[in-house]
Amino acid sequence: MTTAVDAATVAGTRKRSFLQRNPVLRRLIRHKAFVVGAGLFLIISLVAILADFIAPSDPSRMAVRFRFRPPSAEHWFGTDNLGRSQLSRIVYGARLSLAIGLAVVIMNAVFGVALGAASGYFKRLDNILMRVTDALMAFPPVLLALGIAAALGPSSLTAAIALAAVYIPRTARIVRASVLVVRELEFVQAAMAMGAGNLRILRKHVLPNCMAPLIVQLTFVFAFAVVTEATLSFLGLGSPPPTPTWGNMIAEGRQYIRDAAWITLIPGLALAVTVLSLNLLGDGLRDVLDPRLKISQD
Amino acid sequence: MASTPPLLSVRGLRIEFGTDQGPATAVDDLSFDLRAGEVLGIVGESGSGKSVTALSIMGLLPTPPGRVVAGEILFEDSDLLKKSRTDMRKIRGGAISMIFQEPMTSLNPVFTIGDQLTEAVRWHERVGMAAARGRAIEMLHKVGISSPERRLEDYPHQLSGGMRQRVMIAMALSCGPKLLLADEPTTALDVTIQAQILDLLRQLQEEFRMAVIIITHNLGVVAEFADRVLVMYAGRTVEHASVEGVFDRPSHPYTEGLLSSIPDIEADVLRLTAIPGTLPNPHELPPGCRFQPRCTYARDECAAGPPPLVPVAQSHLAACIRHTGYRRGAAAPPAMAGVR
Repeated sequence: MTTAVDAATVAGTRKRSFLQRNPVLRRLIRHKAFVVGAGLFLIISLVAILADFIAPSDPSRMAVRFRFRPPSAEHWFGTDNLGRSQLSRIVYGARLSLAIGLAVVIMNAVFGVALGAASGYFKRLDNILMRVTDALMAFPPVLLALGIAAALGPSSLTAAIALAAVYIPRTARIVRASVLVVRELEFVQAAMAMGAGNLRILRKHVLPNCMAPLIVQLTFVFAFAVVTEATLSFLGLGSPPPTPTWGNMIAEGRQYIRDAAWITLIPGLALAVTVLSLNLLGDGLRDVLDPRLKISQD
Repeated sequence: MASTPPLLSVRGLRIEFGTDQGPATAVDDLSFDLRAGEVLGIVGESGSGKSVTALSIMGLLPTPPGRVVAGEILFEDSDLLKKSRTDMRKIRGGAISMIFQEPMTSLNPVFTIGDQLTEAVRWHERVGMAAARGRAIEMLHKVGISSPERRLEDYPHQLSGGMRQRVMIAMALSCGPKLLLADEPTTALDVTIQAQILDLLRQLQEEFRMAVIIITHNLGVVAEFADRVLVMYAGRTVEHASVEGVFDRPSHPYTEGLLSSIPDIEADVLRLTAIPGTLPNPHELPPGCRFQPRCTYARDECAAGPPPLVPVAQSHLAACIRHTGYRRGAAAPPAMAGVR
């Protein structure tokens, strides 16, 4: 028996899985809120990606005979005022919401990081860039997004651009704050003493050490972008009506809310669950990646 | 001795820092030569301008607020202060490299030491990954790290302070520098580790035949390692001599004070000797000799003007008016006489 045990322990120490060796992943797995959030978000993402297979019918196909059907075994989420399948519309709406959210996150990751890194690292740019971000941040987020979307005309693309413009200054702020801290650490000076140039130092030594707050920020940007996109399309400034979005579904169902509450309730719930999953995910990441916790353990 | 041209020649260096109260002089009219393979110790209190001098040689002086106002830094007969940024980048980590005080934070926590060791080699010598890796292993071996192949995969947090400083030394020496600047390389380490690191530096200095400037406030480090010593006070050179000269015949009251501050291992003392007072505020420097307010020898004449750096023996310079033929009331003051 001892041999078997030995073999097991030897195998155990030698072949520990990636998951066990990575302390961040290990702590994330133990974080309940993160697991719930990540699980929910994964399901929502899969639904969005597989919309073509999940949706029972074309989201725009009208069936006048089946108008205002409440949720049932036949129509899981009921039908709307034109007899369109709410399930199909929610599923395709998820695709659009997540696509816009993702686009906003990517734009934030690119431009927010570039602006934040430039103003944190190059002192000369700092004042100019940060005054511009101050100006943009002085507007309430929804108002600014509304203004930009109205100026550019309603479409998914303009909604994404408007949302990116709203959140990029906030991301840049967070990146700048981390860069200001990291650039003063000794290893940056040591890298300079080894002859590394500014861009190389930024890319290899500064930014990798600023990732934790950035990742957390981006999950929250994703959540806010989903909500604000719904707001824009509710107000008619997102994707125009034939395209199903959670925002315009709520807007269209609004007039029937007394008799057919599910038409507004279901997209509202979808929105709430998506944002909740992203917030749980972000909270978990923040708890695990928080730089302050990390330093205290060093 | 003097026939070989110096590797590094600092001439009349003056560095100012812009502050809210106007410019503050951090280094004032500093000059010294360093020949290839020579070890110079720069000694002084915090704020005396030691580190700023090293950073200006590296071209890493934070500008603004720092600014080199006058002087030149000749390295192999060309002025480093006039070089372009690109040229300076090639020199840094190549012909001149530097090690820092804080080994705990001088390595990037998100990369393995292998990554960091190979980065500089690949950049400076344009070699491939395999060659750079070979060099990294060789250098780790040279700085006394066991099983270097495995250590390459380690992250900085897996190493102790002494090990990290060894890695920093390996990194600094990986491109075969002619000049190494060591800014308090042992200050943050345990005393036993300090001795090991100093031995290692000494041994590598001989092996690589490189010139070293070691910056410290610890005269013990200087005695063990340096050939010559430059004592700085408030940005000025107060004494510049061989190690023997400084320890046997300290010729500036500040040097005497530093030496008498070292506790004697034989004597039982209740109170450690210290130099009274603190370094002057750079905005309110005393007139004349800057050490004068703390000096037991001070007389009215000390405030008249900055004392010139004059020879008191062969290759032994000191900046005190007692050496300028000033002999009124010639009796040696009793206070600090008979040190060592």
